[in-house]
Amino acid sequence: MADGSIGLWTVPLAVLGGAIRVSTPFLFVSLGECITERSGRINLGLEGTLVMGAMSAYGISYLTGSPWLGVLAAGITGALLGALHAGICSLPRVNDVAVGIALMLFGTGLAFYLGKPLIEPTAPRLPAIDFGWWSDIPQVRAALRVNVLFLIGVALAPILYWAFRTTRWGLLIRTAGESSDAARAMGNSVLLIRLRATMVGGFLAGIGGSFLSLFYPGSWNEGLSSGQGITAVALVIFARWDPMLCLWASLAFGGAAALGPALQSVGVTSGYHLFNAAPYILTLAIMIITCSPKRTLTGAPAELSITR
Amino acid sequence: MIIGEPPPPSGAFGVDAIAMTMRFGDFLALDNVELKVRPGSFHALLGENGAGKSTLVKCIMGYYHATEGDILVGDREQAIANPKDAHALGLGMVYQHFTLVPAMTVAENLVLARDDVPPVVNWTNEMKELEAFLARMPFKVPLGAKVSDISAGERQKCEILKQLYLKRRFLILDEPTSVLTPAEADEVLGMLRDMVVKGELTILMITHKFREVMAFADDVTILRRGKVAGAGKVSELTPDAMARTMIGAEELTMQPARTGEAGRARLELEKVRALDDAGAVAVHDVSLTVRAGEIVGIAGVSGNGQRQLVEVLAGQREAESGEVRVAGASYHANREEMRRHRMSLLPEEPLKNACVGGMSVADNIAFREFDRAPFASGGWWLNRSAFRDDARKKIAQYKIRTRTPETPISALSGGNVQRAVLARELAGDVEVLIAANPCFGLDFAAVAQIHAEIMAARNRGAAVLLVSEDLDELLELSDRLVVMFHGEFVYEARTSEADLTVVGRHMAGH
Repeated sequence: MADGSIGLWTVPLAVLGGAIRVSTPFLFVSLGECITERSGRINLGLEGTLVMGAMSAYGISYLTGSPWLGVLAAGITGALLGALHAGICSLPRVNDVAVGIALMLFGTGLAFYLGKPLIEPTAPRLPAIDFGWWSDIPQVRAALRVNVLFLIGVALAPILYWAFRTTRWGLLIRTAGESSDAARAMGNSVLLIRLRATMVGGFLAGIGGSFLSLFYPGSWNEGLSSGQGITAVALVIFARWDPMLCLWASLAFGGAAALGPALQSVGVTSGYHLFNAAPYILTLAIMIITCSPKRTLTGAPAELSITR
Repeated sequence: MIIGEPPPPSGAFGVDAIAMTMRFGDFLALDNVELKVRPGSFHALLGENGAGKSTLVKCIMGYYHATEGDILVGDREQAIANPKDAHALGLGMVYQHFTLVPAMTVAENLVLARDDVPPVVNWTNEMKELEAFLARMPFKVPLGAKVSDISAGERQKCEILKQLYLKRRFLILDEPTSVLTPAEADEVLGMLRDMVVKGELTILMITHKFREVMAFADDVTILRRGKVAGAGKVSELTPDAMARTMIGAEELTMQPARTGEAGRARLELEKVRALDDAGAVAVHDVSLTVRAGEIVGIAGVSGNGQRQLVEVLAGQREAESGEVRVAGASYHANREEMRRHRMSLLPEEPLKNACVGGMSVADNIAFREFDRAPFASGGWWLNRSAFRDDARKKIAQYKIRTRTPETPISALSGGNVQRAVLARELAGDVEVLIAANPCFGLDFAAVAQIHAEIMAARNRGAAVLLVSEDLDELLELSDRLVVMFHGEFVYEARTSEADLTVVGRHMAGH
């Protein structure tokens, strides 16, 4: 132990560390999408929002020197993309799934275009809190270097869970998502509720993107997101539109994504690409296990275009 | 939000609609209609589908803005621009379709309906206040239960309680008893009637059930094609007189007399089990035999598994277990079997379950036979003129009102959609007919025609399974009556010997 070698313990430790690091974008995007979908609309464009968020956070952090301003800029960019999605979907006979796919391509394309000059320079990164100070083992310390955004995300899940039950906004969002007739009969504007829910969803997804470019992996390039945005959308379905389940699901996906690199670091090289595909295999497996052609998903907002 | 300076009058108040005219483009939905609802009265608004009842109340509630005319609330003229204005004046409406959110609890639904939902809801206090409110009310509902888990009767009570909770003192009820058993309907309307008598409420009820008008209403206004056809005190009218005023001079199809005896078993269900969309057992191992020349009616409050049972027979849902036999042979609801056994289906919501809305009336009528002669050559070359000729013939025979055979079927009224389905399903010989709520929401003329066709099919020797939420329809048509509750058949009797109170009790699960 004295030489810092902890043998096979590296794997679970790396998976834990990965769960914390890799899960953060999943967590933000899925919580954001959870809000949007609970209001009765699905925004598949969050992949584009994530990448745009990553790019704008990196750019603003580089220009101003403050990574936190970058996070804010990423959130605002996401909210604007959300407003664009909601605005287009407010038009009659517009399908939110199709708009989402268009915006996914638009967001990534725009980010690559605007982000070209940002590949070279280095922007200030977000700080981390060292929860591993008590340990001498470098692997433990590395695994427990936790970013503040992760902690915010973890706190956000129970807050959302509570807000959906006990706040006016939570109740209104659920009403709009479960029965737009009921919402209208109460004199509420369903489109306005969905606009706001989509903007908040975009805001959170943008912040998820800022984590990618400002903390882990911590630079801007075109291969930054490997589909986290779209995986997180699937994750909301798997989490049955429950913010707390979104948290656990994000951690599980983060852990699965860290499995490949962790195994490689202890010398397991065969099937490396297979282990890297673990999160996607997990997605497929969970969907197959939990879905059935004979029943609708429990907990699915009734107004969602994919379940209606 | 308060409209105008004076606060709404206390206690029950009346509402008058004066010279209301409403145009939708070329269509005159309301033509100079007068409605006078006295304070503290129970007023019934009668009329066929499309007579303008809904348009009138929507004008009162501010959903529509009348082309001409005025609304007086408590003798004071009011401009009601939107439903919020109407609510502020103390007007409330209970819709035909529930406006409760099924995935939320009763308490959440009640609090949510308020105009002043606090930013953060203190559930402990709210529950205390709600319980105190319920203690003063004539009905009880489970506050903590999810709306999707309570019965239709309880949901309707919730809808009405919601209006009372919001302190509305003029209630508009749009066919409030269509989902209730007769006993539940009497309970709910009786309690509302008590509140009216005490001077706490005024009620305007849209209905087509004369029994309820006679039992609970003080006054009645009858609309026909957008005009007032009659109005007066209920005590001075008879159901017959009201029905004649409603339908005017229109001739109704005569229903043929019941002739012939039941023959051999034609449709047999053995321990059929089916799940609902959530995966719960909706149909619980039911067994039933329908014989040739017999109408078996399945009564029950909506949501007791009737829909899933019909879907199994229609091929829209797979049975979990059990067997369906037609004329002794195993039946799996595929097209070949349906054709061989001459099965006919009149599913509920025909536009959704039996038609393709965007396709023409002629195409929809040809669905069963479209790839066979004379409609097709060799099973693939469609002969369009044969479609049209056949459709023209059937449109005339079944009195389907459509501009042309090429009109998309979704442009037709509900009664004419059902006539088109009837034309397709009952055209040839029918050996088995399965009908589910075939007359839901249709006008007298369509109902009379459909009832006559069903009876005629029975007399020709068809085995008829009639699933309906309308007990009067079942009593009129069926030879045998079965009550379905929680997915099981809980009661069976010959219709001529069935006791209405016992049937009602079984429908409610007692």
